[in-house]
Amino acid sequence: MTQAIDQIFVLTKHWLVGLVPVGAQPLCSAILSVAAIIIVFATLFAITTWLERKGLGRMQNRYGPNRVGPFGLLQPIADGVKSLTKEDIVPITADHAVHFLAPVLLVAASLMGYAVLPIGRNMVLVNLNAGVLYFFAVGSLMELAVFMAGWSSRSKYSLLGAMRAIAQMISYEVPLVLASIVVIMQAGSLSTVSIVNMQATYSGIWPHWFVFTPWGFAGFVLFMVAATAESNRSPFDLPEGESEIIAGYYTEYSGFKFALFFLGEYIGMFATSGMAITLFLGGWSAPFSFSFLTWIPSYFWFFAKLLALIMVFIWIRGTLPRLRMDQLMNLAWEFILPMTLLNLLTAGIWHFMPAGSLRWLVCGSMVVVPCILLSSRMKHKKKLQVRIYHYSE
Amino acid sequence: MTVSFLILAVLTVAGTAAAMGLRNAVHCVLALTMGFAGVAALYLQLGAQFVGLAQIMVYVGAVAILAVFAIMMTHSPESANSPVFSSQWSWGCIVAAAVFAVLARAICSSAASAHVQPPQPDATVQQIGDALMHRYVLPLEIMGLLLTAALIGAVVIAMDRREEMK
Amino acid sequence: MIGEGILKGMAETARNFFGSYVSKDRLVTLQYPEQRDPQIEAARSFPFLVCDGGDWQQAMRCVACQICEKECPPKCIFIEKSKDKKPDANGKLQFYPAVFNIDISVCMSCQICAEVCPFDAIKMDVDHDLSSDDRFGGLLLNKQRLAKSNEYYNSIHPTEAAAVDARLAGERARQEAKAKAAAEAKSAAEAKLAAATPVQPAIGEPR
Repeated sequence: MTQAIDQIFVLTKHWLVGLVPVGAQPLCSAILSVAAIIIVFATLFAITTWLERKGLGRMQNRYGPNRVGPFGLLQPIADGVKSLTKEDIVPITADHAVHFLAPVLLVAASLMGYAVLPIGRNMVLVNLNAGVLYFFAVGSLMELAVFMAGWSSRSKYSLLGAMRAIAQMISYEVPLVLASIVVIMQAGSLSTVSIVNMQATYSGIWPHWFVFTPWGFAGFVLFMVAATAESNRSPFDLPEGESEIIAGYYTEYSGFKFALFFLGEYIGMFATSGMAITLFLGGWSAPFSFSFLTWIPSYFWFFAKLLALIMVFIWIRGTLPRLRMDQLMNLAWEFILPMTLLNLLTAGIWHFMPAGSLRWLVCGSMVVVPCILLSSRMKHKKKLQVRIYHYSE
Repeated sequence: MTVSFLILAVLTVAGTAAAMGLRNAVHCVLALTMGFAGVAALYLQLGAQFVGLAQIMVYVGAVAILAVFAIMMTHSPESANSPVFSSQWSWGCIVAAAVFAVLARAICSSAASAHVQPPQPDATVQQIGDALMHRYVLPLEIMGLLLTAALIGAVVIAMDRREEMK
Repeated sequence: MIGEGILKGMAETARNFFGSYVSKDRLVTLQYPEQRDPQIEAARSFPFLVCDGGDWQQAMRCVACQICEKECPPKCIFIEKSKDKKPDANGKLQFYPAVFNIDISVCMSCQICAEVCPFDAIKMDVDHDLSSDDRFGGLLLNKQRLAKSNEYYNSIHPTEAAAVDARLAGERARQEAKAKAAAEAKSAAEAKLAAATPVQPAIGEPR
């Protein structure tokens, strides 16, 4: 019975695919999986916009949306109708073809990453040998989409926003990949499925998630910071800094194309969160191995973890102010990059040391000590000059 | 020749041809990117996952962006009035013909054109990694050193500039 | 450590998040269409035309003198003077505005029209729920939409309206007294006239 609940989507798909002639089966199977992924994550996007507005509202002691439907739950539908019926304005000097292609490419690129995310047991679109590499490769397509959007609009704000976004995405792609390499080193595989399978084992009730090791924890935090920057979320949302450059690279987009940018950004955020879950938080595996919990299906755990990470993203957005460009770059190159490199070394030492408390001590101090040293160095470098006002005092 | 190969081949050739023929430099880069992506898809179709994905990551993700940045830093979009074809096109044709001859000769004399279907090599990521770490470890290290030196050089150049500005 | 301040800030937002569910007085937002702040007396939005009770067509104080139209800085008032005269609230024959339009999408709420009006006929409204799905017709207020009663004026600007009412009442009383005096003088003159027939009528006799 528990097996059946766990595998219900897999079995349904097999049954549906069995209904069509043999020649069309691979195509049919692919279409079914892709449609399911698009529907589920687009719905999650809608829910997240509501959650985000509610959560941010409550953090600022406001109600958030509460007019459309009970608790404002139908707000995403109202937003969708609004953006669909809005006029689609394209600047007269814009490069029309590129201007049109940019949002399409962005959404396509952000959706492609889901192909290798194991959402549940046996629930992965393709089990690629180089799954993690694939994920980062399609992630790099987003930079191109952002550039296309910014350049084709023929607006200074769009271009500046695109330059900022690309500089930021390139800078943070390095730590993002380096932070995930520790997992690949430990798992000895680039396949997402085998990485999750390796973590879905238990000693006692505790799972062998990579986040429960010093290098795994550091890697997870670094990965999440880099993922926040990569998906242009607050506090790294300079590319769309309203106070300086209106809305960054999508300044000149309106109506449904703007909604597509929004969608692409959130879908990309879910994808990187899903990757973090796959790499560090044990994918679809349960956090405890209690026998009375086994009836909970594997995809439930994946989505619970995903929602938890989304909550953290919202929480951080409600807390932190936007960084300056130099602060952003300094953080990437002076703190996160050295930390990820040291983390690689830590993971290597962890691999070759015998299990025990000594290993914990050595590796733990290898993470904590550089962190303290680097952050104190960053703090000491801070020199605030006293600004003198000539006219306002 | 399957349908997917045909589609990818047409995409690749069209992309690279457009990269040569288009007037707008940024359009050229985007078309070239399409060509890169097509080549990567061809690699993937041949079962070379690592090479195909590395192609996407390096060429689409990095080289195309680099080219775009270079164009934006140096070239103003209004000055696209120069002719697409260079005045020394005859020299270009000679060079192209020479390259084509060399490549054609190499292909014709190679074993691949002997129409014997070789057993498909099973190049997994693991094997590539093993080869890089054992047999080709010295070239890899030398490359790494070279790239690090280039990186440091770039940083030094950038630092010098800042000193001057002060 | 680098994350110290971040954690402190996150604790603060978490406290706000949960606190907003626990204590209601954290939530200061007014649920606007249902709940409203008490009206501030000095508030003003757009002009309206005051009517002295009864039928708005009849009772409009405006006599179409067009001073406000001429004074309006953004030129958002359009008045067409009537050809005939109608009795106003006091029963006096007056011109009246055949057309009186204010384009509130142009109006800048400067209150100059109310300042210059010699008849206290145009005053500033406080109504701001003026959103419309028709951006041209919906924001062009005609005579009927502009006409509002004096009671309404009293309810939105009590102090100001009381002063205006007192002034108007004083003027009316003065006029009535004047009229009465004139009538008395007239009747006295008539009596005099009857007494001594070939006498010149008094100069400056009121009409």
